[in-house]
Amino acid sequence: MNPAFSVIFLTTLLGAGQGVFLALFVIEARAAAGLLTAPSVMFYWMGSAIALALLAAGLLASFLHLGHPERAWRAAAMWRTSWLSREVIVLPAFMVAVAGYGWAHWQGLPGTLWLGAAGAAICLGLFLCTAMIYACIKFLQEWATPLTLVNFVVLGCASGVTLATALAAVLDEAITGITGAWAIALTCTGLLTRAASLWRNARLKPRSSLQTAIGVKHPRIVQKAQGFMGGSFNTREFFHDRTPGALRAVKWVFLACAFVIPVLLLAAGLATAVPVLLALACAVQFGGLIAERWFFFAQANHPQNLYYQAVS
Amino acid sequence: MTQLALVIDLNVCVGCHACVTSCKEWNTSGAAGFMSDDNPYDRDPTGTFFNRVQTFEVGEFPNTQTVHFPKSCLHCEDPPCVPVCPTGASYKRPEDGIVLVDYDKCIGCKYCSWACPYGVREIDEHQKVMKKCTLCVDRIYDTKLPTAERKPACVMACPTNARLYGDIHDPESVVSKAIRENAGYALMPEWGTQPANHYLPRRKTEMRIHEDELERADNPLKIDGRLPKPGIKDPSLDDVTSW
Ligand code: SF4
Ligand code: SF4
Repeated sequence: MNPAFSVIFLTTLLGAGQGVFLALFVIEARAAAGLLTAPSVMFYWMGSAIALALLAAGLLASFLHLGHPERAWRAAAMWRTSWLSREVIVLPAFMVAVAGYGWAHWQGLPGTLWLGAAGAAICLGLFLCTAMIYACIKFLQEWATPLTLVNFVVLGCASGVTLATALAAVLDEAITGITGAWAIALTCTGLLTRAASLWRNARLKPRSSLQTAIGVKHPRIVQKAQGFMGGSFNTREFFHDRTPGALRAVKWVFLACAFVIPVLLLAAGLATAVPVLLALACAVQFGGLIAERWFFFAQANHPQNLYYQAVS
Repeated sequence: MTQLALVIDLNVCVGCHACVTSCKEWNTSGAAGFMSDDNPYDRDPTGTFFNRVQTFEVGEFPNTQTVHFPKSCLHCEDPPCVPVCPTGASYKRPEDGIVLVDYDKCIGCKYCSWACPYGVREIDEHQKVMKKCTLCVDRIYDTKLPTAERKPACVMACPTNARLYGDIHDPESVVSKAIRENAGYALMPEWGTQPANHYLPRRKTEMRIHEDELERADNPLKIDGRLPKPGIKDPSLDDVTSW
């Protein structure tokens, strides 16, 4: 597939926003249980505002993907069958929940924990919808695996919790150490789950071949003409036109920037109590996740490509 | 239930692209609006098409076969492109099985094109909606056309009659018979899409002549002998002197 930056930003921004919100909720729940020192009200509403801003930016990116954004409301129609439609419904619902959660904290209203629980449930639903958009297309074999869902959840949470750690450090909260530990743990888990999907995809056997594509059972078939000289939608949308070497380079860049460097920066930031290092961890990780998502799209090999191998 | 479809005979297709141009001509002139092109007479021409003819070489020189392979939406019986569409713009008509896009509902998210394994959906870069073969739904039911012309434009245009059109659920239709009698097959059966369009394989064209066909069957007693050879001087038909 040819990675579209609108979708790359959509999925990474949503993941980070969801991760920030889940961090807030888990912190509040554990604080209510007396397991950690409760952070200030400011931490909650600022965190909610950041989460909301990330979600809104993701929503904006998704609009840039559409040919007819003015008709986007129609996308809520087919929620019975389409994961994309479900996402279109769940995302605004989640944004409302996050806004309500932050506002309730700001106003000092009671029952924020319940609001947070409801928001967390919607948040998990949103993860499911976003991941299933990709995982449900069975002939995109690189995506059609539960690991897609696992990675969307873990990577989203890792980036969000890293951001929450940076926020806690800036606000000088007592919970910085504990959220920092979570961020490191989640980022390491993300490295494992993403490596698992890389390992799996490297061993995939494509089920479609030129033989099944045109129905001729001969071991040697070559395309001589795809039917047109210039490009078409099929050559632009589904080919990234990068060399395998470039793809490998992006892979190592994202493994370093999304996982290894952020963990080192997080550890250094927590040890030295310098918030700038944590903020840097956040930025590097987000950049790394952009590269990760780019690779996620580029690696998916669509069976339609079998039909578009030679100009003439 | 009806499932209209095309059956394409790869044994007969000569790769002339007549179906491509007639498809474009018909569908760019229809009520649904034009199918946009960019740089049609320039470098890197590109445009929206419902139908493409591709060419494959099978085998190794000198034992090669050239296979011309027309490809358009296969109107799958279980179309993966339809349930993924968030707006309901992509739908399959229950009455005749044609898969269509409602251009007024489509938001141009391209998700359906990702969900089609055959690469037959193309976004119109100017109208920003998804387009694909309609099986000339605006022709085949047009009562103003003579009955013989109520067929998709590509079928009408094919000079070798490589494209058959009909209802594959009717066992007596020309397409069902062609599939049955000539080993018609579906593309990429591994994904369970059950394409309605079928292809007929390349076949070796042989002429079988039996012994009894070399003799006059209406001469069972063999009373005809050899015809007498005319003398060299005798007039003959191809000889003007015979006048
Ligand atoms: S060929 Fe592609 S676009 Fe046509 S019905 Fe099948 S999946 Fe859908
Ligand atoms: S591009 Fe149009 S037809 Fe295709 S899935 Fe999106 S809204 Fe539906």
